[in-house]
Amino acid sequence: MSSYNLTHLKELESEAIFILREVAAQFEKPVMLFSGGKDSIIMFHLARKAFYPGKIPFPLMHVDTGHNFPETLKFRDRLMEETGENLIVKYVQDSIDRGTAVEEIGLNPSRNGLQTVTLLEGLEEGKYDCAMGGARRDEEKARAKERFFSHRDEFGQWDPKNQRPELWNLFNGRKRIGEHFRVFPISNWTEMDVWQYILHESIELPSLYFSHKREVVNRDGVLLGKCDYITLKDGEKWEEKTVRCRTIGDMTCTGVSESTAKTLEDIIEEVASTRITERGGRADDKRSEAAMEDRKKEGYF
Amino acid sequence: MIETKGYLDMELLRFTTAGSVDDGKSTLIGRLLYDSKAIFEDQMDILEETSKQRGEEGINLALLTDGLRSEREQGITIDVAYRYFATPKRKFIIADTPGHIQYTRNMVTGASTANLAILLVDARIGVIEQTKRHAFIASLLQIPHIAVCINKMDLVNYDKEAYEKIKSDFQRFSAKLEIKDVHFIPISALHGDNVVDRSSRMDWYEGSTLMHLLENIHIGSDHNHVDCRFPVQFVIRPQSKEYPDYRGYSGRVEGGVFKEGDEITVLPSGFTSKIKSIDTFDGPIKEAFSPMSICMTLEDDIDISRGDMLVRENNQPNAEQDIDVMICWMNERKMILRGKYTIRHTTQTARCIVKDVKYKMDINTLHRDEEDKEIGLNDIGRISIRTTKPLFFDSYRRNRNTGSIILIDEATNETVAAGMII
Ligand SMILES: Nc1nc2c(ncn2[C@@H]2O[C@H](COP(=O)(O)OP(=O)(O)O)[C@@H](O)[C@H]2O)c(=O)[nH]1
Repeated sequence: MSSYNLTHLKELESEAIFILREVAAQFEKPVMLFSGGKDSIIMFHLARKAFYPGKIPFPLMHVDTGHNFPETLKFRDRLMEETGENLIVKYVQDSIDRGTAVEEIGLNPSRNGLQTVTLLEGLEEGKYDCAMGGARRDEEKARAKERFFSHRDEFGQWDPKNQRPELWNLFNGRKRIGEHFRVFPISNWTEMDVWQYILHESIELPSLYFSHKREVVNRDGVLLGKCDYITLKDGEKWEEKTVRCRTIGDMTCTGVSESTAKTLEDIIEEVASTRITERGGRADDKRSEAAMEDRKKEGYF
Repeated sequence: MIETKGYLDMELLRFTTAGSVDDGKSTLIGRLLYDSKAIFEDQMDILEETSKQRGEEGINLALLTDGLRSEREQGITIDVAYRYFATPKRKFIIADTPGHIQYTRNMVTGASTANLAILLVDARIGVIEQTKRHAFIASLLQIPHIAVCINKMDLVNYDKEAYEKIKSDFQRFSAKLEIKDVHFIPISALHGDNVVDRSSRMDWYEGSTLMHLLENIHIGSDHNHVDCRFPVQFVIRPQSKEYPDYRGYSGRVEGGVFKEGDEITVLPSGFTSKIKSIDTFDGPIKEAFSPMSICMTLEDDIDISRGDMLVRENNQPNAEQDIDVMICWMNERKMILRGKYTIRHTTQTARCIVKDVKYKMDINTLHRDEEDKEIGLNDIGRISIRTTKPLFFDSYRRNRNTGSIILIDEATNETVAAGMII
């Protein structure tokens, strides 16, 4: 009997695949959000597994802030080419040009908030009724109560008081016309699970995740990589450091960490001994303790 | 701390926690997370700051486990929150549910996927109605293992008699319940006695610490590996150049072991065939068991779609339309007798009508009230339903996956009830 046991990674994988298939079965027009970060790369990998030997029965959508690390885009395009899967790109710049989103002003105007606008526009335009994301409950306190199937009203808003109970493996994706769902297949994964899985499955990642030399500026304790979108304040300067990304997002607010981890094994070792959460490196979450919760209510993932 | 290599044989244990307000649940969870180093520095900083703002002395570990701001402001937790930590042996998922009287539904939700429940009892107070209610829910939801943690032992001078009394009170009560595997542990969540480290102040206790129990309890038999059940979730038809005629049935094994070459019967059609292959992205496999997600192909071309179930001919589930269910009502809108609801069971969706309320359960006394037929939020009762088509089910006692249902309100689309088929 004891041979019929799954490891924790296999059990998490099976759970995520189950949810991806539920989405394909329960929704008319689902879409999977793809940011180019490790969590969305894992989701992509899981989706390929879920529908093998078929193709993934829904498209992927990248909400492009225009402030990407160039490595992310190169990686993204190669991945799509190699697998032949279908990616749609929506540009925050288009929303700005349309006037539906207004660029922040300041020293590192972040487009993270604007992503919500472009995302919602993209969902509406494509008439998508479900968007899958790679968010995990361990990332942030406000996510700890998030459901796998998260109901959103017509405005894409999330009401923490009005979420459906989730029992066993019975997911309820019923909704009225105009409402949609966000679904998070890897809710139960931790950062460590993600890295172990990447190692176990030999999943390729953008080079940004591994130690490299980069010019950075230390702003309020967050190391930001040099790019055209960041203006230095008085007294700040670019310095070359040996760093890697723990998350990948908008360059204006995604901090990098000093690290010499060159391989997945190094990274796992590092994650095991790190005492700072991944999101601790994100300037956008620092703004207030409940920042994430507020952005979620507005429709951010 | 996790070693780089050890993760390949780590298992996953899901547990839920229940206790009355102030029994020390948040402190206990905080302690487990803290001692297993799952709390990060930046989280600690925030904790420290929040504790200070609230005018509290030192760091309040309990703050770690309440989530949303509105709740923090009200000072209560009102929903199920999930936490994660790992040791070199296992990864843990905690479904943290608040202990308020009105939140039966939260505990039911947390319990539905749990391998183990921690029930907290205050050593000074002993077994109270809430303890009984929690034990009842744990038995109703058939959580395979229960750890009764008798907390605040420091406040009763680590006294053996206090512990023994609570233990025997609990046993007397739980004898009436279907609880399979109970463990009693005297702890102090605040000081850490018997949580992760053995207490030197309770030499008289010879059992394991809570962490030792969590890490070692045998969970291999928590799944049903006897009755083969494969509800078809999604049909995979690539219609590609490489796989022009491929027709695979994907889903999760919800019971038993399926092997390549096995004879299977398809429900509801009753057609039989043989398993031609069990496919995964990583290549074909010879056998699959619960809870693996797989894709099967069959030797014969049969019409099979989502909601159908593949089973063994000589071991079939019930296939009926009149079904008795224990339900927990989860919505403010009361249950309507003769009302129609959408029912979800495995990958099946049907409609059903509530024909009868057999009784409502008083979960404090375990008394069955056959007169009171009104079932509202947080009520538990036995009902009879009739479905529009047969469901293929086992009793919940035999298989939690094929014995559970939810009811959906057709007007609001909300999940209004959780049900366990009798
Ligand atoms: N003396 C003592 N106090 C405890 C212990 N565990 C918790 N407490 C205290 O009991 C109070 C309630 O604890 P808390 O964890 O918030 O309870 P919850 O409502 O069950 O989450 C707090 O003041 C804790 O410090 C214990 O083992 N010993």
